[in-house]
Amino acid sequence: MLTEIIISGFGGQGALFAGKCLAYSAMMKDVEISWLPSYGPEMRGGTANCSVCLSDEPIGSPLVTEPDILIAMNDPSVDKFINSVKSGGMVFVDSSLATSKITRKDIEVFRLSASQLAEEKKLGGMGNIVLLGKAIKECGKMLFGIDAKTLQETFAKIIPAKRAALIEKNSAALALGANI
Amino acid sequence: MEKVLMKGNEALAEAAMRAGCKCFFGYPITPQTEISAYLAKNMAKRGGVFLQAESEVAAINMVLGAASAGVRAMTSSSSPGISLKSEGVSYIAASDLPCVIVNVQRGGPGLGGIQPSQSDYFQATKALGHGDFQMIVYVPASVQETIDMTYLAFNMADKFRTPVMILSDGLLGQMMEPVVFPTVDVQIPDKPWACCGHENKRSHNIINSLYLQPDILEKSVNERYERYEIIKQTCPMAESDFCEDAEIVVAAFGASARVAKSAVNAARAKGIKAGLFRPQTLVPFPVEQLNKACEKAKVVLSVEMNKGQMVEDLRLALNCRLPVEFFGRHGGIIPSVREVLGQIEQIHERIK
Repeated sequence: MLTEIIISGFGGQGALFAGKCLAYSAMMKDVEISWLPSYGPEMRGGTANCSVCLSDEPIGSPLVTEPDILIAMNDPSVDKFINSVKSGGMVFVDSSLATSKITRKDIEVFRLSASQLAEEKKLGGMGNIVLLGKAIKECGKMLFGIDAKTLQETFAKIIPAKRAALIEKNSAALALGANI
Repeated sequence: MEKVLMKGNEALAEAAMRAGCKCFFGYPITPQTEISAYLAKNMAKRGGVFLQAESEVAAINMVLGAASAGVRAMTSSSSPGISLKSEGVSYIAASDLPCVIVNVQRGGPGLGGIQPSQSDYFQATKALGHGDFQMIVYVPASVQETIDMTYLAFNMADKFRTPVMILSDGLLGQMMEPVVFPTVDVQIPDKPWACCGHENKRSHNIINSLYLQPDILEKSVNERYERYEIIKQTCPMAESDFCEDAEIVVAAFGASARVAKSAVNAARAKGIKAGLFRPQTLVPFPVEQLNKACEKAKVVLSVEMNKGQMVEDLRLALNCRLPVEFFGRHGGIIPSVREVLGQIEQIHERIK
């Protein structure tokens, strides 16, 4: 099984970080993974995105052109990637920032106002993790059984000790998304 | 051994330190800068020297200096920066100095772009500087292989007293994959030729690339070519997938080999007899391995992120006995699996 994911948003929204969390979690589960960021001028103000591949076999192309799962955190991301999502794919949209109409009927779209929800819970800027929480709840099998527990362990591993407060906050944001 | 998740560039930098690299001289350029950044942070802590030079030209000449003293030294850059280093590389080769040069390729020519490319194939393999010289060129296709080839590059550089290039690209440099650092006991050979202080115990060594007597210059070049011959016999590396019965052999290296691998898998799933041939060294070119992989082949398809620079080497290696076709994207665009699969299907229709 190969699951291809694109996570996309404005530079600063944490698209790359969310992808890294997912990749690290998969590595802890001994799943083959690759993480490929967009880099360059689009990271400063435009859209930043990353391709994440999870597979039980060695991964060929790390560049995702037809994702099974799309996490889109702004309108440019929805516009850019929505038509490339595989039929039957899953899309998670931060509706507090992305309002583009999605007309496709062959994909499952989850809209949640992730940034706003995070803001209300004093977890400002963690809309990315809220969406990730929702994604792991809905896509369990496609994500090789990565769950909240795996991600919490990931946060503890990849967030440096001097910013330990963020481990709790990220875990809270994740739970927020997973419980919607 | 613990798996860690690392970017290709960072993994290369870490591997270099573990391989005994004590001096790094560089100048920032996208998409290579993580190598410099990682070494800037870590090299001094581990008993090495990191220096951001005033230019690429300065950096390569600092490598020449460090290598002259017998120290494992490295520089890295991306395409336009590598062009600037070319004079220094020629001097290093002519001085029989071991060092490692990393090129994390981006789109060219000129300043080009900053997205991944493989358009420096000719530069790396044919002439990264003036004069009669060659250089071993390793082309990794994963982050793990980047690590393994970094160790290899330092060892071969010392063994053959030659500059060695690791030809990476923006995709491999920027992507993260789980990797394991091998536990190896780094053995750096004695370097009796090095200029590291004779303490009045031996006559002094000279590192030089100027020979005003033609006969002496010719002799020095001939001696070097005897070493190149051993390199040609012992160093070629390649990997083949599904080539035993393949009618269409897709040849690709580095990042494009990753895309080609997915396309070959997809073609196999459709019942097309396709295989993947992936050179791991471009110099020396894996001639024997290619011919073995192409035993059943009717067509070879070269997939590259350039305008078809490997095609000539493939034809030469095959002695033109098979048609070599080409598909590529360039300017920083990575070919998609669908595009490559489309090419394989077209060829399949034609030869069936």
